[in-house]
Amino acid sequence: MNAPARTLELGRVGESVKRVDAIPKVTGEFAYSSDLFAAGMLWGHTVRSPHAHALIEEVDISEAVGMAGVHAVLTHTDVPGAKAYGLEFADQPVLAIERVRYFGEPVAIVAAEHPEQARRAAERIRVAYEPLEPVVDPERATEQEPIHDGRPTAGHGFRDDPRPNVVRSIVIRHGDPDAQGEVTVSGVYELGIQDQAFLGPESGLAVPDGEGGVDVYVATQWLHVDRDQVAPCLGLDPEQVRIHLSGVGGAFGGREDLSMQIHASMLALHTNRPVKMVYNREESFVGHIHRHPAKIWMEHRAKRDGKLVNVRARILLDGGAYASSSAAVTANASAFACGPYAVENALVECACVYTNNPPCGAMRGFGAVQSCFAHEAQMDKLGAELGMDPVELRLRNALAPGDSLPTGQKITGSFPAAEVIRRAAALPIPEPEELPRDALRLPGGSGNTTRGEGVRRGVGFAVGFKNVCYSEGFDDSTAARVRLAASDDGIAAVVHCAAAEVGQGVVNVILQTARTELDLDEVVLGSATTSSVGSAGSASASRMTWMAAGAVQLACRAAKDELERRGGDLEHGETIDVERVYHHRPTTPLDRETGQVTGDGAHVAYICAAMRVVAEVDVELGLTRVVWIGTAQDVGKAVNPQAVYGQIEGGIAQGLGLALMEEIQTQDGLITNASFTDYLIPTTLDMPPVEAQLVEEPEPDAPYGVKGVGEPPTVVSTAAVASALRDATGRQLTRVPVRPDEIVGLP
Amino acid sequence: MDVLTPTTLDEALRMKAERPDAVPIQGGTDVMVELNFDRARPAVLLNLNELAELRGWSRENGSIRLGAGLTYTEAMEAPLAEKLPALAEASRTVGGPQIRNRGTVGGNLGTASPAGDALPPLLIGDAVVELASIRGERTVPLNEFLTGPKRNALADDELILGARVRAAHGAQTFMKVGPRNAMVISVVSLALTVDRERDEVRAAFGSAGPVARLVSARLADLDGFPERVAAAASPIDDVRGSAAYRSHALSVLTARAVERCLQ
Ligand SMILES: Cc1cc2nc3c(=O)[nH]c(=O)nc-3n(C[C@H](O)[C@H](O)[C@H](O)COP(=O)(O)OP(=O)(O)OC[C@H]3O[C@@H](n4cnc5c(N)ncnc54)[C@H](O)[C@@H]3O)c2cc1C
Repeated sequence: MNAPARTLELGRVGESVKRVDAIPKVTGEFAYSSDLFAAGMLWGHTVRSPHAHALIEEVDISEAVGMAGVHAVLTHTDVPGAKAYGLEFADQPVLAIERVRYFGEPVAIVAAEHPEQARRAAERIRVAYEPLEPVVDPERATEQEPIHDGRPTAGHGFRDDPRPNVVRSIVIRHGDPDAQGEVTVSGVYELGIQDQAFLGPESGLAVPDGEGGVDVYVATQWLHVDRDQVAPCLGLDPEQVRIHLSGVGGAFGGREDLSMQIHASMLALHTNRPVKMVYNREESFVGHIHRHPAKIWMEHRAKRDGKLVNVRARILLDGGAYASSSAAVTANASAFACGPYAVENALVECACVYTNNPPCGAMRGFGAVQSCFAHEAQMDKLGAELGMDPVELRLRNALAPGDSLPTGQKITGSFPAAEVIRRAAALPIPEPEELPRDALRLPGGSGNTTRGEGVRRGVGFAVGFKNVCYSEGFDDSTAARVRLAASDDGIAAVVHCAAAEVGQGVVNVILQTARTELDLDEVVLGSATTSSVGSAGSASASRMTWMAAGAVQLACRAAKDELERRGGDLEHGETIDVERVYHHRPTTPLDRETGQVTGDGAHVAYICAAMRVVAEVDVELGLTRVVWIGTAQDVGKAVNPQAVYGQIEGGIAQGLGLALMEEIQTQDGLITNASFTDYLIPTTLDMPPVEAQLVEEPEPDAPYGVKGVGEPPTVVSTAAVASALRDATGRQLTRVPVRPDEIVGLP
Repeated sequence: MDVLTPTTLDEALRMKAERPDAVPIQGGTDVMVELNFDRARPAVLLNLNELAELRGWSRENGSIRLGAGLTYTEAMEAPLAEKLPALAEASRTVGGPQIRNRGTVGGNLGTASPAGDALPPLLIGDAVVELASIRGERTVPLNEFLTGPKRNALADDELILGARVRAAHGAQTFMKVGPRNAMVISVVSLALTVDRERDEVRAAFGSAGPVARLVSARLADLDGFPERVAAAASPIDDVRGSAAYRSHALSVLTARAVERCLQ
């Protein structure tokens, strides 16, 4: 509803431009990674653990090997190089060795002529397991047997925590952690496991190059880091592994870790045939990491006038069986635990533990979602305790440039927290609709459960923030390459950038930036592969717009300079080909004991959003209808405003899903709802209209002043929806997804 | 896998007698899911889609006869929707438009899931299921036809022809609780009718016991009826909801449905 009526085909920075991939995606012509095909290809299949924790006594492949159409059956003994990999720590076996640590862990792989032959052969692989007691309660994990030998994450500059099964623990001490206020509120908050639930399951194609190397076509978020994990496990040099971005059907963090890349490559190299792998929906639920479930205790101490004095938090994240990006998620959950508020004193203790639950890692919002749910519930509670308007309370404490975070990091760039709060609060909320009305416009929707009985209306408010780009010294850069050549009507440009288009619209950012910088319409996008251009870093952490725009800007300016040097024109056949690497300002680690910043600071910049939610709740049945959401978001500069509105609406839907319905359920570590029948995501009847305001305060360090936009809506909407539900029901609702049981007051 | 496609009912019944292991397929919205998930590998599918005898609905001595092949989309259309309003309302809650265009009442009876949304509306219509085989035809009251979760009284050589249902003699409604506002398998459901002719309220619930079940009361005896309906249920805890919630919701739904239908 916010989108401008007209979009351009060839626009510049700041204009709403039609997405180059929009029409093919809508008409079904777009080729996703599951559509890949190569002549003579085989189909791969993965044998997975049915146990959350077990010893492998024997893997008998003899029967499978001889089956019709089967070309390869491989286990960990066939992994040619390093036996384990991981985004930050190589703690995850390519194929399980002696032990499985989570439900669905890959144990063996098969390649056959037909997917059905591969599947049947996989069934004939006999794995003898000796089940072990799974570690499933994160609160007890630190007292139980370690599920990994040694400490995979120790010695990386993290705080020393001798307890078993700790992935990372962080303590942030800020000011006087014992400082007293005049009012104190506390609470315990919980979040279930959310799944990225992207529609395109893990899939890709590995093609042997005939010289010992392999080309991998895959839907991923970060081509070069895939390569850097795949190559060592194959025993190859990085140049022998070329990763090509294939059509990505959604990512949301779930494609940062590898899925089928090494497996398909092993099968391809073993058989010397192209090998395709496509997970089915059920398999996809165990084929990628999820959002960390959390248990959070918080205590807020404040003055009577609402000014926060001290925030104390204890955060426990369940990382599941392997580290993935848990260490960084832990850092985010702690650094943002106090919310976008100026707090002079704080004590934040945060730990992430290994368990035999589903592995968790990156998901949109990355640790900030969990903290935001807790700190915003606390702010509502504090407002109620003080009898103060929730918006006023937040404004009084809003963090601003010049203030410091509990990590001691000073806010230097743009940080319009007060402005987003004011703008969101000023959005007029819709009048209550009259009764009677269509069931579809009532809680319970098509279920026809109420005609107005039991329905109460509530208004919620929440604010949240997080960082843009990676942090703590993990400064990944982005490269872009621009090629200018003479064309019939002057000069034409081709831009290469390995930034993964995961649905967020980075392809348009690249093109709009190049058109702006070159002042040229004739710009086309070159391929995103590891062989054509340097690393773009990950399409995550809301960083890709900033970083891609920065890199393309540099490369275009260099190309233009060169063009000028050559007299402003090119002969036919003459080209200019330049590659440039863009770096954001450097970041530095947190002090391992105090959690305080060292050097320049742990983060590059921040993004914030505020949100107002109107919801109706049937308090007798515990059913909900979110009626309207209004939000104001700090975006720096909107490169493509229409795409920004899209990100805001999609991000809100994902956070709303976590608030109301999305949860991976487990029993003794086994996932019990691995399907879209039972893992529910919002439908159009669950998602309200969104009124979004873009707050454009340029980030001084960034190209055009851009910031990221993908994550803040997700960070805030879970908290904001829960806040509206609390207002409607008068209940605490300390856990998301909120269950109807809690709304109606069942134990 | 063989697919048999008879064009007459007689042919279909002969085929079923010859191949009792043949799995009938109508809309396929349950059968194909089973195949996709590899939960079933039938040697033979018996495709019923060419059988005119199973299509549509008719009036028969004051009651309504629904063909097994009646789709949810058809059940939502007037005039049938006015004769069986609870079935029409239930049909509206089923899946999305594609599923409603393919899914059928006969398929819902065949699957006999405790969550089958057509079943409570049929129960409050005192439905009788019509079955046929080369041995002949027989009728079974729906409450006897449903023998357990995903189990029914169909014999190996039989097909479901349809169901005979009592038309509404007073208001009816159907309600379904789900964890989101559309496209859900019911956590608990309820159909209810006020039958003025028989001076009776009949309620039937789904997803709150091994089978959908009917509970009735005289119109004059409605005090405590919601609690009685809830007490007749034997719900369980599962991924979709808790037993305690199901019982609670059932009494809320019943109270609301009674009020709706008495207005
Ligand atoms: C996405 C999705 C959403 C759904 N949502 C709902 C929902 O909201 N509510 C609900 O109740 N169901 C739902 N279902 C389940 C399904 O649509 C219904 O159960 C439907 O009524 C099945 O009808 P069908 O004609 O497709 O049956 P089929 O799949 O063809 O058959 C179902 C069963 O009945 C047997 N059968 C069919 N016809 C006959 C016959 N004439 N004689 C003997 N046996 C027969 C079959 O052998 C099979 O065992 C959903 C399914 C899907 C895939």
